[in-house]
Amino acid sequence: MSGAVSGAVTSAVTSAPALSIEGIWKSFGQLDVLRGIDLEVAPHEVIALIGASGSGKSTLLRCINLIEPIDAGRILIAGDEITAQGVNVDRIRRRVGIVFQSFNLFPHMRVIDNITLAPRKVLGRSAAEAEAAAMTLLERFGLAEKAREYPDRLSGGQQQRVAIVRALAMEPDLLLLDEVTSALDPELVAEVLNVIRELAAGGMTMLIATHEMGFARDIASRVCFLDSGRILEQGSPRQIFAEPREARTRQFLNRIIEAGRL
Amino acid sequence: MASDGVRLEDVDAVRPPRVNPGPRRAFGPGARPLLIAALSTAVVFAVLAAIVVNAPGWPRFQQAFLNGPIFWDALPKVAGKFLVNVRLFLVAEVLILVLGLVLAVLRSLPGPVFFPVRLLATLYVDLFRALPGVLVIFMLGMGIPALRIEGVPKDEFFWAVVVLTLIYSAYVSEVYRAGIESVHPSQEAAARSLGLSRWQGLRYVVLPQAVRRVIPPLLNDFIGLQKDTVLVSFIGVVEVFRQTQIVQAARFNFTPYLATALVFLVVTIPMARFTDWLLKREKDQRVASGGSRSSASMSRVNQTLP
Ligand SMILES: Nc1ncnc2c1ncn2[C@@H]1O[C@H](COP(=O)(O)OP(=O)(O)OP(=O)(O)O)[C@@H](O)[C@H]1O
Ligand SMILES: [Mg+2]
Repeated sequence: MSGAVSGAVTSAVTSAPALSIEGIWKSFGQLDVLRGIDLEVAPHEVIALIGASGSGKSTLLRCINLIEPIDAGRILIAGDEITAQGVNVDRIRRRVGIVFQSFNLFPHMRVIDNITLAPRKVLGRSAAEAEAAAMTLLERFGLAEKAREYPDRLSGGQQQRVAIVRALAMEPDLLLLDEVTSALDPELVAEVLNVIRELAAGGMTMLIATHEMGFARDIASRVCFLDSGRILEQGSPRQIFAEPREARTRQFLNRIIEAGRL
Repeated sequence: MASDGVRLEDVDAVRPPRVNPGPRRAFGPGARPLLIAALSTAVVFAVLAAIVVNAPGWPRFQQAFLNGPIFWDALPKVAGKFLVNVRLFLVAEVLILVLGLVLAVLRSLPGPVFFPVRLLATLYVDLFRALPGVLVIFMLGMGIPALRIEGVPKDEFFWAVVVLTLIYSAYVSEVYRAGIESVHPSQEAAARSLGLSRWQGLRYVVLPQAVRRVIPPLLNDFIGLQKDTVLVSFIGVVEVFRQTQIVQAARFNFTPYLATALVFLVVTIPMARFTDWLLKREKDQRVASGGSRSSASMSRVNQTLP
């Protein structure tokens, strides 16, 4: 909640888009994975990134978090260029949270320590302050009684919710979610999606790469269809899912419908 | 010598021959297997004893190696000097753990800027793993004090510690490095994505996991170190081995070696058993947690991050 609020405040003051991506290119060796992506995200927007496997969704999110360096283009967060020379990448990463498909919790730390590590070491919070904030978040997502457990004692759904809380504890301006339900057993998907719904309702700006089309339709303010490293089509969920303009988007959605996932 | 410096991936390969399948397996439910085990062990030892005792050289061997009075005379003397080895071991061990970790961290620094650092650390590790320990001990332990550089200590104990630390930190750094590399890159990515610096990620996320995993193989190296402390007798440290030689020369009898061997067995075997127990426990835990984890841990293994 506090993350969403602070995000809103920063962006309201600067009145710049929460995120602007200008013509970014990224290749791995010979393979061009992102080929000129432009995207502007207003504060509180929830963007769903959809597209076939290998279309570049994960790579795009990882570039925004600067886990992957980009080859060309610019990325701005609340008006600040983060891809400029000499930018302190650790500072940027504090403002951009990312949650991975595979949770990546730290197995040697209890849930509470997973969450408070970065606020303490990066933001310089005191242990008491960081723990209090973490407990508030855990309570909000029904995880309070798991605070002293180690990650491997938690179900996949609980682990993924802890991973989301861990990202939120840094009070990011922007949250990137990369197929956060793909590694979960079907009956655990809903609890994680509910967390994301609540974040969206709280005004958190998010970019969500997902194969859950029903979820994308419900939650997104805008849907972007990625095809071979480009945003081929974007629009409201209603437009994209009901009347896609591009043939490739229709093809993709038809395949999804055939697979029974929409 | 330190050639039993164990890398993490070797641990499993080393294990099977160590397990003693015969008697172990016999400890099943019921007394019958136990009885069979006891009987067969008794028979084997009786046959071995008969062969040794009936050997033509047995009386003279008994005279030279199994002299009761000399044994009891030598035991307290060598055991007393064994304390020097213990002290040497303890001091060197602390330094080795620190230097080994530093070397491992230096070798895992990324990027072209750190190339010279990586190169030097690699040269160091290669050098001290390539040279026989005795040679290093002679060259450094005799050579450097002979230079008589102002301020450089001449104390043999000091040089013994230095030499053991140099040799063993090379092995131990390799153990650490295997541990660091065994922590999946996605852990570092997760740390960095939260805004932790590279060093903080190493310090709080990677190293704690790595060190936990390498404790058993480290203990294995320290069993080697414990034994190798006798090598420094070559540079004049009067420790257990030197003391044994002194007693042996005085009495013209080899029994003191038996006393020294006993001292080592008493200390080293429990440590070896403890190491095996730790390794087994770790293996069991890995099997247990591997079984209970969901498909998520599989995808965690499959995911590759920079
Ligand atoms: N580190 C890397 N090195 C080389 N190639 C990579 C790397 N990461 C991704 N790729 C390639 O980039 C392309 C896009 O990958 P990306 O993971 O972004 O796709 P995606 O849209 O997230 O797919 P999915 O839906 O399967 O997650 C793929 O062809 C992939 O093989
Ligand atoms: Mg992906």
